[in-house]
Amino acid sequence: MSGLTEITLNHYLALSGILFMTGLAGVMLRRSVLVIYMCLELMLNAANLALVSFGRFSVVPNANAHMMVFFIITVAAAEVAVGLALIVALYRLRQTTNVNDLTSLKF
Amino acid sequence: MEALFFWIFAVGLVASALAVVANRNPVTSAICLVVTFVFLACLFVTLEAVFLAMVQIIVYAGAVMVLFLFIIMLLDIKAESRRPIPYLRIVFVGLLSGVFAFFFQRVLVQLPTGHKVLHWGGAPLQLDAREAGRLLFSQYQLPFEITGVLLLVATIGVILLSKKDVS
Repeated sequence: MSGLTEITLNHYLALSGILFMTGLAGVMLRRSVLVIYMCLELMLNAANLALVSFGRFSVVPNANAHMMVFFIITVAAAEVAVGLALIVALYRLRQTTNVNDLTSLKF
Repeated sequence: MEALFFWIFAVGLVASALAVVANRNPVTSAICLVVTFVFLACLFVTLEAVFLAMVQIIVYAGAVMVLFLFIIMLLDIKAESRRPIPYLRIVFVGLLSGVFAFFFQRVLVQLPTGHKVLHWGGAPLQLDAREAGRLLFSQYQLPFEITGVLLLVATIGVILLSKKDVS
């Protein structure tokens, strides 16, 4: 029962993996661009969780993991702004956000 | 104590993440995503990264999600119509998750530091706002300035993209 009462690095990494896989499943299952975008955010946050837990369990005290997560959050915020502007432009052009209707680049 | 809080937050995180994927209404999905981010911030606190938890709440649960909800309501997206559930694709995703879980477990078993037990109070360092600011302007000067330029470029890009006629 020590797996339940003693939390190790592996617990956090497994949780991060589950979160990543949930996001990936959402990207593959959902057809709305906005929901796909939200699932991408889930995947980014799974990476953040893995980084923070590695930083917490590292032997050498350094802030590298924390600062990397800090920069990831900043870049993700900028990415969300640009991505949502693209979605708005796309909606203006096609009046839809369903990826099944956006196939002009399909070969 | 560590285990109790970890399991509460972990179950909440996975449940709300699944709710994001499973909900048909984008607004409900967005609200579930906010709950996911809050649970993630709680997990950051259990990892003794309090400053990051605050940044997570302010930037993600605050700014990013307001932007998401704003766009959803601006575009006036209705809930997806009652289409048949794509069983074939769900089976495919399930198989892929199984393969992913198998290889992930193989990697975790071989990780040398994977079995270190979490004890509160034993963090290698405490990163507070003061220390983060000092690091940003000394050791991480170049990434900080590059991020600043990136934010400027993103701002200009968004303004250009949202103009009526892009010529």
